[in-house]
Amino acid sequence: MIAKRLGGAVSSGSYQRVSTLDQALAALASGCTILAGGTDYYPARVGRALDDELVDITALAELRGIAEEETHWRIGATTTWSELIATDLPPLFDGVRLAAREVGGMQIQNAGTLGGNLCNASPAADGVPPLLALDADVELCASSGSRRRLPLAEFVVGNRRTARAPDELLTAILVPKPQGRASGHFLKLGARRYLVISIVMVGTLLDLDTSGHVLRAGVAVGASAATARRLGGLEAAMIGRKADASLADLVREEHLEPLSPIDDVRGSAAYRRDAALTLIRRSLATLGSRT
Amino acid sequence: MNLQRPEAPAVRFILNGKLSTSHMPGHTRLADVLRDEFGFTGVKIGCNAGDCGACTILLDGKQICACLTPLGQAAGKVVVTVEGLMAHGTLTRVQRAFQKHGAAQCGICTPGMLMAAVELLGHREHPTESETLDALGGVLCRCTGYRKIVEAVLDAASEVNLPALPEAGAAVGARVPKVDGIAKITGAEVFGADGIPKDALWLRAIRSPHARARFTIGDLADFRARHPRIERIIVASDIPFNGFGIYPDLKDQPVLADGEVRYRGEAVLALVGTRDAVEAVREAELPIHYEPEEPVTGIDAAMRAGRAVQAARPDNLLISGKVRRGDVEQAVASAVAVAEGVFDTSFVEHAYIEPEAGWARRVGDRIEVHATTQAPAMDLEEVANVLRIARDQVRIVPTACGGGFGGKLDVSVQPLLALAAWVTGRPVAWVYTRPESMMASTKRHPARVIVRFACDASGRLLTAESDALFDTGAYASWGPTVANRVPVHATGPYAVPNVRTTGRAYFTNAPPAGAFRGFGVPQAAIAHEAMMDSLADELAIDRLEFRRINALRVGDVTATGQRLEASAGLVACLDALAPRWQAACREVAAFNQRAQGALRRGVGIGCMWYGIGNTSMSNPSTMRVGIDRNGAVTFYNGAVDIGQGSNTILSQILADAIGIPISRIRLVMGDTDRTADAGKTSASRQTFVSGRAAEAAGLSLRAAILRFANAGEEARIEIGEGRILVEEAGHRREIDLGMLEPDANGDVVRGEGRFDPPTTPLDGDGQGIPYATYAFAAQMAVVEVDMDLGTTRVLSILAAHDVGRAINPVQVEGQIQGGIAQGLGLALMEEYLPGRTENLHDYLIPTIGDVPPIEVLMIEEREPLGPSGAKGVGEPGLVPTAPAILGAIHHATGVRPVFVPVTPDRLRAAIRERRGA
Repeated sequence: MIAKRLGGAVSSGSYQRVSTLDQALAALASGCTILAGGTDYYPARVGRALDDELVDITALAELRGIAEEETHWRIGATTTWSELIATDLPPLFDGVRLAAREVGGMQIQNAGTLGGNLCNASPAADGVPPLLALDADVELCASSGSRRRLPLAEFVVGNRRTARAPDELLTAILVPKPQGRASGHFLKLGARRYLVISIVMVGTLLDLDTSGHVLRAGVAVGASAATARRLGGLEAAMIGRKADASLADLVREEHLEPLSPIDDVRGSAAYRRDAALTLIRRSLATLGSRT
Repeated sequence: MNLQRPEAPAVRFILNGKLSTSHMPGHTRLADVLRDEFGFTGVKIGCNAGDCGACTILLDGKQICACLTPLGQAAGKVVVTVEGLMAHGTLTRVQRAFQKHGAAQCGICTPGMLMAAVELLGHREHPTESETLDALGGVLCRCTGYRKIVEAVLDAASEVNLPALPEAGAAVGARVPKVDGIAKITGAEVFGADGIPKDALWLRAIRSPHARARFTIGDLADFRARHPRIERIIVASDIPFNGFGIYPDLKDQPVLADGEVRYRGEAVLALVGTRDAVEAVREAELPIHYEPEEPVTGIDAAMRAGRAVQAARPDNLLISGKVRRGDVEQAVASAVAVAEGVFDTSFVEHAYIEPEAGWARRVGDRIEVHATTQAPAMDLEEVANVLRIARDQVRIVPTACGGGFGGKLDVSVQPLLALAAWVTGRPVAWVYTRPESMMASTKRHPARVIVRFACDASGRLLTAESDALFDTGAYASWGPTVANRVPVHATGPYAVPNVRTTGRAYFTNAPPAGAFRGFGVPQAAIAHEAMMDSLADELAIDRLEFRRINALRVGDVTATGQRLEASAGLVACLDALAPRWQAACREVAAFNQRAQGALRRGVGIGCMWYGIGNTSMSNPSTMRVGIDRNGAVTFYNGAVDIGQGSNTILSQILADAIGIPISRIRLVMGDTDRTADAGKTSASRQTFVSGRAAEAAGLSLRAAILRFANAGEEARIEIGEGRILVEEAGHRREIDLGMLEPDANGDVVRGEGRFDPPTTPLDGDGQGIPYATYAFAAQMAVVEVDMDLGTTRVLSILAAHDVGRAINPVQVEGQIQGGIAQGLGLALMEEYLPGRTENLHDYLIPTIGDVPPIEVLMIEEREPLGPSGAKGVGEPGLVPTAPAILGAIHHATGVRPVFVPVTPDRLRAAIRERRGA
């Protein structure tokens, strides 16, 4: 490998910024690492030579932006948090938008992408719980050109692990349209106001019929297991209930069964369970009384 | 692998209004491109990880971190750095607002703050405070406490005019903008990493991943062969004298470890070569074989001993200090109320946004080190000692210092840079990465403070007992200073007849604990203030009133037997708080009575005293000033301004002493070839000690001029082109400077002043005069606790400080607000854990959204020894904050925190325990 000395900083490895999906897929097939907003890539390489073979996908117009389609909303993978915040979207997306405002500082929101957040697969990824609550799918495109669609819950499989094959590119996030009046919510708990990694976070969704009863509920908790988890038992318990602040009263400790929090510098496992209950109750009370 | 690659395609973009082309590879961090290829060093690199925001620039009008942006993504876009703000050579309004409000202290975060503000003001002409916080939330500042930054941004919509500089004789007491402020708001300031010569070699240290291990370094021949552009590998045996440390008899810290490492992050080997060559090395390539051993972790393990951290100290005890006065046992027996407790604190990281950085070069048989530092004269001694060369062979040229807080009092890059430049004959540079800075540098001592205080029925304190145990880490550093200072201060700022206090520091396999704003006093204050609250509550006396009863007053005798002769303004501070305290108590009670949900409020108070300067040790400062043949006045100022404002404050004092406008004064700061030793920037001493020396220098220059003119004390001096006019009672006399013989500096008239605060040694019972003067303060905090989550939000802080005299109220407020932000961090979020919080996203410091509105009340009880009556304020801002916040948490929740930081999980656990859950 040829190291180049240019100015003061150093570089080996390679970089290409592609302008078509085919070029991106070809680069992937040759073993390149995908670079989008850079907000996870560079922090992992402090004081290290940048020696990866990189393909930068941020110039692909087709991966950017949010579009309403017949059955779902399509969020391009390289849509930034700021672009999401600036887009006029229905209350369905309120939780994702609240999460977007909590990602790093505005610098990170202006560069970081939703697709990158999912592919980086941090247990504390801010985007995952609210998108899980929305029943979102991801769309993956392989170097052969074939596309597949996977529920987000099946895409993020572990701490920093996803179901993406090495030659696949995450191209879009697909959010199904609700049956009734749906709105989402998100709460993040950290030890300071800005630039904080979650101790625990909660994404919620209520889809209501015309009489204000719950058709579908989504509750997902992040930073409390290797991946963010849906609380299926709690979701089921809310179906058919009249939506109001008393939804919070349905929350029971046993609903946290899917979680397996750990002790770390941000908090103990016991605290995470305790705080998750509080956040879920508050989020549901807010959503319930909003309708 | 040897793949031939095409040259990187050129990337074109508009940079600060100019079409520019970069030829660096597309994935190079844009921050590196802007700094190294285009010379825009106003783009600061604090972490390279998007955690600090110092590198914030605008890309197509949007703020981004240049350290996270590949060059390739700038293609075809418009890039603006802080250097691009000054269209037509004039400061923009937001820059003027920063200068006017004192929004820049050290200045390292200022470019990032400005760029974030510019994005905001670009689409919101009159932003709200909450929009401002959101917009600037991605940039960390460690100096200011953020409030002056917020003020500046909110004011930027108006037509901002900088205040006129004061006339002759009117500088002291004026809100003079920083004399070095313009460089900080334009990106022109040169910090440790900013002035590195293009042809410099780079140094990289390889550091131990183990807290305790023996190690050997194998044959390096293979490694050398694979890395031909690494010119030198330095190991312990290459170092002429392999030890450094603060005290002349305690050079216990090796520059490079010699067969044994005693903390994680200790340097074992240094590589010197081209920058790309040293950066390309993977640590695993080096044949360093570690045999890890069980580390000594924490004070309890250190006291159990059995295994020594340093072989020469089998009991792991570095030092103990004590103060004894009266008969504690007898007095306790007669007490009506007794309170006791045990309080633990954590390692705290300085987290200055500028990592350690600098460069060195050999000039003949002399070595020159340009580095970020708080103590150039000490650096000089250390470099001479390590290289075994004469002191006059060493020149230290301090760069601008991007925050210090005590962490840049110990040498960092200096000895190895000097050695590398000495042996290679080439300039050599070194910039710590953020994790390296956090692993290698000193920390605030974790403390366990065991206290018992007793009082009589009227609330008068009878006894104070405090045993403070400190984890001093692997090497001595400033441990002795902490262990000696704390017993003196451990009573708190109260008159107590019977005192038994000790301080002990133990070695462990942790990072060296050193100097950090307050030298152990903040830890001790947490304990004594909790005792004040407990005793007051027990006797049902108002907490402020209880402190007022016991406050040290002029004429009182301290625990060391020192009679306070003047300037003891704690009662005035408490009186200033009192009406607001009573109102806050009522408001909090009303809020809690109404409260339905999980939120409860509390109000707390903290008091402190702080001895200015070294403890019972000489700490002189010498200041010089000269006028050259053209009439230029040069201030040779050896005191390093680390952002606190000493360049400005000392210039104000000097200008008034001479009797000329401050605008006439040119500054030379810190260069050891050109300035006299002013002592280190620590212990809140520069305004008091160097200020008094600057005053004396100014007066001596004035006296010299008056002698030439044969004029009396009341004469007016005016310095013009090549001449000085002296006017007295209508008579004018002109001194022709061209007729006088210049010295080596080119000066023809000179003044010099020296001041060493009068102290006496402490005897075996700690009796004596440890400090010439003390600062006093009282702060109150209002907090809101979420009882279900354990989170604490500080709603407001009111700070009353006796500063003697505020030479520059803007800088005084800035020091207090910045200290408060660090005190808030100490109380609520800061905890350094080796191997786990070695970056600025796992180690949390307060952001702009965490620091509440702060109101500063300046109490000016003149100190006769100080310049114009001034004392120090650098550390006092921090000391009472954590006690006030912790007291407020107790008031809100009933839980008395005994471990800081009071993180949400700890507070929630304590609340649940109290409720019996």
